[in-house]
Amino acid sequence: MTIPLDWYLTLGFFLFSIGVGGVLVRRNIIMVLLSIELILNSANITFVAYSNYHQSISGQMMVFFILTMAAAEVALGLALVIALYRVRSTLNVDEINMLKW
Amino acid sequence: MTAQLLFFYFGGMTVAGAIVAVSAPNLVYSALALLLTFIHIAGIYILLNAEFIAAVQIIVYAGAILVLYLFVLMLFNPKQERHYIHKQYKAGIFLALVVMFLMVFAGYKTEILSLGGPVTVESVRAMGHTRVIGNALYTDYIFPFEIASLILLVAMFGAILLAGRGQRRIKGPAGRVDLSKRDEATKVLVRP
Repeated sequence: MTIPLDWYLTLGFFLFSIGVGGVLVRRNIIMVLLSIELILNSANITFVAYSNYHQSISGQMMVFFILTMAAAEVALGLALVIALYRVRSTLNVDEINMLKW
Repeated sequence: MTAQLLFFYFGGMTVAGAIVAVSAPNLVYSALALLLTFIHIAGIYILLNAEFIAAVQIIVYAGAILVLYLFVLMLFNPKQERHYIHKQYKAGIFLALVVMFLMVFAGYKTEILSLGGPVTVESVRAMGHTRVIGNALYTDYIFPFEIASLILLVAMFGAILLAGRGQRRIKGPAGRVDLSKRDEATKVLVRP
């Protein structure tokens, strides 16, 4: 018995909405970045599921480029967090409102 | 039947780890719960006949990205915060549930027919998954591959520039920037 495509898609949707909830609910900026990782992983699951279903390799190629983007995003995001912490000494997204003059 | 049971195990652990990661008060706990999620997502990839992607998932996500997160968490001396959840958390959870409902509804309403491409499970088993991936990556996807290397290079430069030395820390009472020194703080941001 094979697993239908819908199950994988539903898993991806669940993971995506958990990530969206994490971005909206958490106050620590590192947790916001972690939730973005969850969202990217849900996109990866969906890509690989469609790649398996359509019997094509393109979806798995997209996973590689999403992976590259995730690595770049983590490196830049955490560097920005460190630079921000040097200036403001806080990680709370509610207190980081320098542009809101 | 075995595959379905495995799917339920891997999917359930993935969702459970994600929920713990999003809701745990301690940041190190949420990072470790995210590790659980990543490893079980690798299991999902194996169920989808993508062994190489599963290996890369464990190496890059669980090995590199999560270690980077834990490293930065250790820099910030994570302590259990009292108000770690936003004040409008009900609105956030409601919005996430609405997004989930809409996506699941759209997924079940849509009938998707398989295109039936050339990369079947048998052909991948005959060649080996790594070889199939390499063939596609270095022929059809060579230009995006080069762009990806450029993106990584730029990200490395940016991370070194942003987090490297050469930026003064503003000394205030208890190391915190008060509002009277706000102009000074922005000066440091503009010109490090």
